[in-house]
Amino acid sequence: MRIQRRLTTPRWLVVAVPVASLVAAFAAAAIVLLIAGKDPGATYALLVDRAFIAHGAITNTLITATPLLFTGLAAAAAFRMRLWNIGGEGQLYLGAIGASGVGLLLRDQPPVLIIVGMIAGGLAAGAAWSSIPGLLKAYFNTNEIITSLMLNYVAGLILTYLIFDSRSFWRELGTFSARAFPQGKQLPDAATWPTFDLGIAVLPFGFLLGFIAALGLWLFYRSTSFGFQARVLGDSPPAARYAGIKTRRVVVVMMAISGAFAGLGGASEVGDFRHVLDPRGLQQAGFGYAGIVVAALARYNPFAVVLVAFLLGGLANAGYSLQGPDFPAGLVGVLQGMILFFALGGELLLRYRVSFGARLAAAPS
Amino acid sequence: MNVNDTIVVVLAASAIFYGTPLVFAAMGELLAERSGVLNLGVEGMMLTGAVTAFWAVQHLGGPDWLVLLLATMIGGFAALAVSVIHAVLVVGLRANQIVSGLALTIFAGATGLSSYVGNVARLGGQPAHHEFTAINVLGLADVPVLGPILFHQNALVYASWALVLVALAYLHRTRTGLHLRAVGESPQTADVMGIDVARYRYAHTLVGGLLAGVGGAYFSLAITPNWIDGMTSGAGWIAIALVIFAFWRPELTLAGAYLFGLFSSLGFVLQARQVHLPPEVFAALPYLMTVVVLVAVSTGWAKQRLGAPAALGTPYVREER
Repeated sequence: MRIQRRLTTPRWLVVAVPVASLVAAFAAAAIVLLIAGKDPGATYALLVDRAFIAHGAITNTLITATPLLFTGLAAAAAFRMRLWNIGGEGQLYLGAIGASGVGLLLRDQPPVLIIVGMIAGGLAAGAAWSSIPGLLKAYFNTNEIITSLMLNYVAGLILTYLIFDSRSFWRELGTFSARAFPQGKQLPDAATWPTFDLGIAVLPFGFLLGFIAALGLWLFYRSTSFGFQARVLGDSPPAARYAGIKTRRVVVVMMAISGAFAGLGGASEVGDFRHVLDPRGLQQAGFGYAGIVVAALARYNPFAVVLVAFLLGGLANAGYSLQGPDFPAGLVGVLQGMILFFALGGELLLRYRVSFGARLAAAPS
Repeated sequence: MNVNDTIVVVLAASAIFYGTPLVFAAMGELLAERSGVLNLGVEGMMLTGAVTAFWAVQHLGGPDWLVLLLATMIGGFAALAVSVIHAVLVVGLRANQIVSGLALTIFAGATGLSSYVGNVARLGGQPAHHEFTAINVLGLADVPVLGPILFHQNALVYASWALVLVALAYLHRTRTGLHLRAVGESPQTADVMGIDVARYRYAHTLVGGLLAGVGGAYFSLAITPNWIDGMTSGAGWIAIALVIFAFWRPELTLAGAYLFGLFSSLGFVLQARQVHLPPEVFAALPYLMTVVVLVAVSTGWAKQRLGAPAALGTPYVREER
């Protein structure tokens, strides 16, 4: 077998490889199911039914896909320039805290004001949280992978503290049962984000917002000089420095943008779906880590992120509703991991030409 | 009051107890990184080790020591099997090491394979049938100060000390260890010397998986002898950070692991002594200190990344050197 670097990548391969990765991942996970004595065919049929076919399935899939779309954009924005923000999980929690805090604070205001406030609150809280690893990376050259990840655990503990171990603004303290079984305050009805009935499904406002955000990210990298600077810095830090690009500023801003996307994910989860700050639910969902899978499978292309988030949102949605003896917890993670493994293996086909047979004349490298 | 009950002695002994899984996992990561392979899948590999080792103690019969030995090995080899995926992707297929490692943690971690195995085998909510307990070495456990710290720990603690010595001797006193360092610093040079770069990278990535699995087994067999999804709660990531703090040196890894063992145990010890702070403050301590120490070593006198293998994270392709 010979492997040669490609000079150009055929367009069809760019689509074929991620699709083949999905198929291969499901085939490989079938082995895991068989080992556990489950019928893969029946499990997958159930999965597809709950994700995309059953009554109301697409509506639920869109709700689950929304935070994934945002965390996918968060990972895509940063990874695209080789800035490894894996703190999407924590930034999403902070976004949920920010958005629900604003929603509760503005409870007597008109809906438009509350919703705009929630968006701003989620965005700002996520950006602030991701700025910690961003600033540390820019000014102390601290490894952002570790710092952003450590802050995920801290953010999780902040969530728990606000609802379970303090008398915070977010916690419901008015009723007897809420004092015995800690829970968050319900947001006012006016803080519920609008939905759009499309006939086949109900589109949540958050998903629409995510689509606009994807468009924004695409334009940012394609048409702004700052986006160009970020791309140069990602591809070659020495070249960026020679060109006089202010690398610290680019790192700080890109990290903040990435965190802002994840924070919006937290805001959308509160506004579209939960209407309360729910530490358990947010932590079980694992949207931040799944966002990495979304971004990688989409090869960091913002529009592909929208599509992949929808597909993996279907997987996650079916995972929640089917969880039980026939569909053990953990299967969704196994599938996500496998999809990513195959997508990574497939990268080889995109970047290199693999040929079998006799050695040909060496191509100039 | 007995000197062995004073807070300093209790903290020192529990720092070693809680630091030991980090010694195993970080030493494994250190060896992989010395060969040039960054593996961010440590958390996933540790959880794989934890769940399979726990399965083993529930299903194997025999004397305690034998079951525990087998269970630890099963945990180690299960994690090794998982690390093969990363090795094939990054060494064989030249995939991005960061994304592949993350994929490994998603695949095997708290919401992946380890949770799946725990659920399918119904491991949750049972107490372990066998667990590692402290050994009174040479009857010295009651010696003032040193007794509880050095002579009253479990078998894996003593194994981890042996591991550090072996790793030091391996890296600095053997030909293979020298070759390993060459592969991590300059694979081109190593290749010219006739060293099989890919083979070294495969071997050390797999050893890294094995040791992460043993570290994971420590959680389910020694720290909290049962199975809970995600029970390592970030220890794998702290182990990766530890390799950086320790400048890729085994002896400093041991010291760093105990420092983090101290942060992990501080909460339990202080709460037992009626220090009232929200539990989250203590729980957040290891994570926050990881960030603080990482900032400290990445600035000032340590700025030059002392000891980082020069080829860390980069695939080696002979035709493209």
